Amino acid sequence: MFYREAGDFKTSYVDDNQTFPIKFDRYRYYVVLFIAFAIIPFLLNDYWVNAVFMPFLIYAIAAIGLNILVGYCGQVSLGTGGFMAVGAYSCYKFMTGVDIWWGGELLFRLPEFNIFFSVLMGGVMTALVGLLFGLPSLRIKGFYLAVATLAAQFFLVWLFNRVSWFYNYSASGQISAPERTLLGVAISGPSAPAWAMYLFCLVFLAVSAIIARNLTRGSFGRKWMAIRDMDIAAEIIGVDPLRAKLSAFGVSSFFVGISGALFFAVYLGAVEVGEVFGIQKSFLVLFMVIIGGLGSIFGSFAGAAFLVLLPVFLKNFLVGGLGWPTDLAAHLEFMIVGALIIIFLIAEPHGLAQLWRVTKEKLRLWPFPH
Amino acid sequence: MNDMSTEGYVTPDGRKIGGVMMEMKNITLRFGGVKAITDISFDIREGEIRAIIGPNGAGKSSMLNVISGFYVPQEGEVWFRGTKRPQMKPYQVAQQGIARTFQNIALFEGMSVLDNVMTGRLTHMKTGMIAQAIWKGKAEQEEVENREVVEKIIDFLEIQAIRKTPVARLPYGLKKRVELARALAAEPKLLLLDEPMAGMNVEEKEDMSRFILDVNDEFGTTIALIEHDMGVVMDLSDRVVVMDYGKKIGDGTPDEVRNNQAVIDAYLGVAHD
Repeated sequence: MFYREAGDFKTSYVDDNQTFPIKFDRYRYYVVLFIAFAIIPFLLNDYWVNAVFMPFLIYAIAAIGLNILVGYCGQVSLGTGGFMAVGAYSCYKFMTGVDIWWGGELLFRLPEFNIFFSVLMGGVMTALVGLLFGLPSLRIKGFYLAVATLAAQFFLVWLFNRVSWFYNYSASGQISAPERTLLGVAISGPSAPAWAMYLFCLVFLAVSAIIARNLTRGSFGRKWMAIRDMDIAAEIIGVDPLRAKLSAFGVSSFFVGISGALFFAVYLGAVEVGEVFGIQKSFLVLFMVIIGGLGSIFGSFAGAAFLVLLPVFLKNFLVGGLGWPTDLAAHLEFMIVGALIIIFLIAEPHGLAQLWRVTKEKLRLWPFPH
Repeated sequence: MNDMSTEGYVTPDGRKIGGVMMEMKNITLRFGGVKAITDISFDIREGEIRAIIGPNGAGKSSMLNVISGFYVPQEGEVWFRGTKRPQMKPYQVAQQGIARTFQNIALFEGMSVLDNVMTGRLTHMKTGMIAQAIWKGKAEQEEVENREVVEKIIDFLEIQAIRKTPVARLPYGLKKRVELARALAAEPKLLLLDEPMAGMNVEEKEDMSRFILDVNDEFGTTIALIEHDMGVVMDLSDRVVVMDYGKKIGDGTPDEVRNNQAVIDAYLGVAHD
């Protein structure tokens, strides 16, 4: 009853092209935005930010990025962890001032970038690296491309471990984010307030989602999807596969890089590359995209929420609700999450986004389906 | 009608056909040791409906693939609008204004009908990535302009009702029509149709024939088509090329071809002694 299309007539193509063509959807979207920006920051405490909101926001950006590549352009990538590491390390270098050496001498040192621009540069540098590792996609497809991106994953982690320039020659081999402020409020470092970190990530997520949506509904999105659905036909109707695939790699890596930068600078504060940006991270983000729904921006949010919230919820429920010992709960949590993923994918192989779509179709006619 | 060597001619139904648009000169195409096309030359004129016919395996589809740049012939030249075409990638050929449909439908199954037809406009959409990301302004304006063109084609082919339907849900006949819409959306100068009526019943064939004639008539699009239904070919086309075993065995108006002994032999078989 609430969710209706009937009587909602479009009189221009601009109206018809909206992200949320149905009025109810549109208002719901504004309400969600309002709650996220104006209400949640006042209710936050450290636990909620660290356990729920920050991982969700940051993984959602990564999932959007990977969804553009895998879901929209159909190029499988297992290098997400490596690309996030590129974002994190670029962000670190730009935060602390990039030093350029030549022949054992310091040539020059860039000034330290503001945290906002450091994160942005994390995205830009990752986009460049993504373009480079996207080149094989012109020749190889499917599983073979996945293996090629796997090489990127291992190479990048190795690089950040070995080359001490990347971690500013620190003895531990770790990078840790110094305190940086934006408009007088600390964003990174141990004393950054929860609401500031939350809002900082939220702004990046909101802008990323809007950009991703705009790109995917326009000519770039159609090029990507054409390549995904039938690359030969796409080429015959005038899509340059080189540019289409590389642009997907670039845009995707940009978002993944931003998420890596935020993950390091704002969320964790200190990072050891092999531990944080290993192959598990690549799979985690890929699962988010698959469970959420390939080729759907909403699906990226849903998948990130599912895989971030489910463990938290299970832990609270098993330990807090049923009074189980923590270690037992921790082990069972893995089993339950794994089982849920399998059950879920059997029930709805197209992911949460498809489930949401079907629900909407049904709601549209409810309560008179005939 | 006899004097075809000079500029243009007039068809029996009074349409004026212009000069040579595309000329294939001595095309030979080999796959390893197999000769798919042997030394074939023919031309396609402005505003013409040109059919390529022949028994199965004659090399018709290979010929179409040569025209659309998908195969590169080992010998011979392709001339398009007065200039010799250098070796090109298929997408560059598309940008020159050659669009095509496929024998086995090659639509983008994951997209809606509207998005499929809009992909046909990609050669006309030039906004950069930054403008697309911002959307408001240039990108949106371009989208709306192209949408208007696409909507005209959707009207023309009478597929308004299914515009938002995912292509994967459509029946075969409609898919064929959507594919034609996608090719037309590019506003091509030359439209290549690979068996547009394969697997259709009589009514669908009639519809499709009507669309082909209308496209030629209203948009002035030059059409080259491959078809097995002889009735359709003879009714629609202005001139026919007949191929058999990769060689050209006939070329001319439907009447000339129908009475060509080599063509009759190829289709009906000939007694060997």
